[in-house]
Amino acid sequence: MNIIVILFPLALGLGLLGLGAFFWCMRSGQYADLDGAAWRVLQDDDAPVRPRSGEGERA
Amino acid sequence: MAAQDLSVFVRHRDGGVASMELAVDGIRCAGCMQAIEGGLAREPAILGARVNLALKRVSVEWREALLRPEAVVEKLAALGFKAYPFAPERQEDGAAAEERHLLRALGVAGFASMNIMLLSVAVWSGNSGDIDPTTRDFFHWLSALIALPTAAYAGRPFFESALRALKAGAVNMDVPITIGVVLALMMSVAETWNHGRHAYFDGVVMLLFFLLIGRYLDQLMRRRTRDLAGNLAALKAETATRLAADGSATVMPIAAIAPGDLVLVRPGERICVDGIVETGRSELDQSLVTGETAPVVIGQGERVHAGTLNLTGALTVRVEAAGQGTLLDEIDRLMDQAVGNRSRYVRLSDRAARLYAPVVHTLAASTFLGWLAWGLPWPEALMIAVTVLIITCPCALGLAIPAVQVVAASSLFKRKTMLKEGDALERLAEADIAVFDKTGTLTLPEPDILNPEALPAERRAEIGALAAASGHPLAQALARALGAPPSAGNVHEERGQGLSVGEGDDERRLGSVAFCGAQAEAAMVAALHPGASLIAYRHGSFRTVLALGQALRPQARETIAALRRAGLQVAILSGDRFEAVAPIAAELGVTELHAGLMPGGKLALLDQMAADGHKVLMVGDGLNDAPALAGAHVSLSPVSATHLAQAAADIVFLGESLAPVADALTIARKARRLMLQNLAFAVLYNAVAVPIAIAGLATPLVAAVAMSGSSLVVTLNALRARAAREVRT
Repeated sequence: MNIIVILFPLALGLGLLGLGAFFWCMRSGQYADLDGAAWRVLQDDDAPVRPRSGEGERA
Repeated sequence: MAAQDLSVFVRHRDGGVASMELAVDGIRCAGCMQAIEGGLAREPAILGARVNLALKRVSVEWREALLRPEAVVEKLAALGFKAYPFAPERQEDGAAAEERHLLRALGVAGFASMNIMLLSVAVWSGNSGDIDPTTRDFFHWLSALIALPTAAYAGRPFFESALRALKAGAVNMDVPITIGVVLALMMSVAETWNHGRHAYFDGVVMLLFFLLIGRYLDQLMRRRTRDLAGNLAALKAETATRLAADGSATVMPIAAIAPGDLVLVRPGERICVDGIVETGRSELDQSLVTGETAPVVIGQGERVHAGTLNLTGALTVRVEAAGQGTLLDEIDRLMDQAVGNRSRYVRLSDRAARLYAPVVHTLAASTFLGWLAWGLPWPEALMIAVTVLIITCPCALGLAIPAVQVVAASSLFKRKTMLKEGDALERLAEADIAVFDKTGTLTLPEPDILNPEALPAERRAEIGALAAASGHPLAQALARALGAPPSAGNVHEERGQGLSVGEGDDERRLGSVAFCGAQAEAAMVAALHPGASLIAYRHGSFRTVLALGQALRPQARETIAALRRAGLQVAILSGDRFEAVAPIAAELGVTELHAGLMPGGKLALLDQMAADGHKVLMVGDGLNDAPALAGAHVSLSPVSATHLAQAAADIVFLGESLAPVADALTIARKARRLMLQNLAFAVLYNAVAVPIAIAGLATPLVAAVAMSGSSLVVTLNALRARAAREVRT
């Protein structure tokens, strides 16, 4: 049963890590624009941007 | 054209960096987002641009020395987007901080409930097996270690609210929650101390978690509404031409105008400040303020109000108030009276809470006393009473209404309708009589051509150009309807007759019917459009007569019919003359109409209807409607309405069509039905769970299952509404 003494702090630590990550997300404003983030992931940031290039591809 | 000045919206940071927030019209997709961010990033002076797609806003940062704020707006215009800068409100900051605090509390409660559940599941399965009591105590102490700080942090919103209510001598939903949480924690610690089998740490934290979700949804909706209202104000992009002491004119956003400034109002412009006329004479269309459509002559020393349209002459106005608007004393007094009427409404959730709190407290107390009388030792009796408190805790009640509100509000927003008050949906669903203002509500705010068939497309431009050259109110209205720039031609104006340009056969005339010799056509048009103003045009042998008047909003007829089908009576309350109201009422088939009403008269009529047991839905846009909007059971206003009317309304709809009124009613009724369903479910759940708890059979496992189960059902029920609605669109 001694294994519990190690496992529970470990589980708690992981949980706290998640909580910390959540706070960090909040602080860096990642919940400010939930709609935009869904689209941003599809953007080719490394490709040269042409103005209004997304318009045609949208259909 | 005078120079634009947007410096009031710019925020300055260290190192010469300036930033500005802009509401952008027409951001719809990722492509727009990329176009804006990419396009602005290519400008070397701009350090960064970030689009917020949910709010339709862009925040831009640039090097102050290299760029003027106006240039940012121009850059966006060059990319194809109209942008309107706005100053984020101060008051918003407090609400945003509260929302962040709630989200943080929600995160902590979520973390804690998951971890405690981890321990609890082990204890539950161990309790039915052969768990070592030492291990169980260890698990319980660990749970306590997580639960106590969590409750202290995540429970604060409830504790504070409960304290506030108790100090004010009232009881709200948070009082039983607080008592339940505190007692359950104390009992659980005592139980753990005495090596007991059951501890309720998991139940307490999970309760806080679910309640915080409901609280957060509520807050989220309010913030969203406020943000959209901010965008709306920015999109109106009201500007005023300020005259400096040296006589130079600058176009300023209305937010930058201060009382005491001198403002120039050209003919054809809408006045957007309240003030006193310093110089100039003009006629004003005050229909947005008083409902009266006939122009009013105004001169030096007289007072003008925001929302009125300057028709004939240029005015300089000494500003008394800008943006918010000052009020006529009369309206001010009426507003106070009206708001008093409104505050009598009790929200559905508060009504539930009022019933709920005493019932739960009585149940818990009688359970405790009952078990004592039965001969149980007091710690055990108290434990059972606390279980009753936990089991009945209103997870489902707390979620039932906010979840539906959020879903319904987003559904309304898709229909270009914005909810300003969360409880407006409940009130709208109850409405049984719809009262409309005429000018600007049933009709469009600007006069329009009522018989477009009399205007051949190829002649639009020449008639428009001729009309724009005149200062006559009717010609000005025609020019605005045609959207024509003034012509540079040699136009003669004969006072009281009309305008002419050219000579001989090529002469073109625009003006009174007699001036153009179009009596025959005029008689026909007048028969079709009684009450409209006629304006005639002649070019050689071509003659036509245009009827100008206030056209009905698109879908006005269908909306009135839909409201009737929904079982509402329809009435018109107008400040305009009876002769102007009657044709509109006849066209819409409305028989109950009251014309020539003062603002106080409207409010009195509404009060009369309320006294007769009606729940009044008021739709209006003018300053004169504001007291009625504030006093009605529920009120809607179009986006073109005056500031004060919009501030007083519960719901604001965008666009020209009147259809959102009927849509909003349908959605509100559905939402209310779902709220009631959810409340009924919560009651049903309690009817099952409470006897179990009173009998002392509820273990922490039962509490956990019951709580999460009921919350899930209620949330799913709210979501079901959205799916059904989207199919229909």
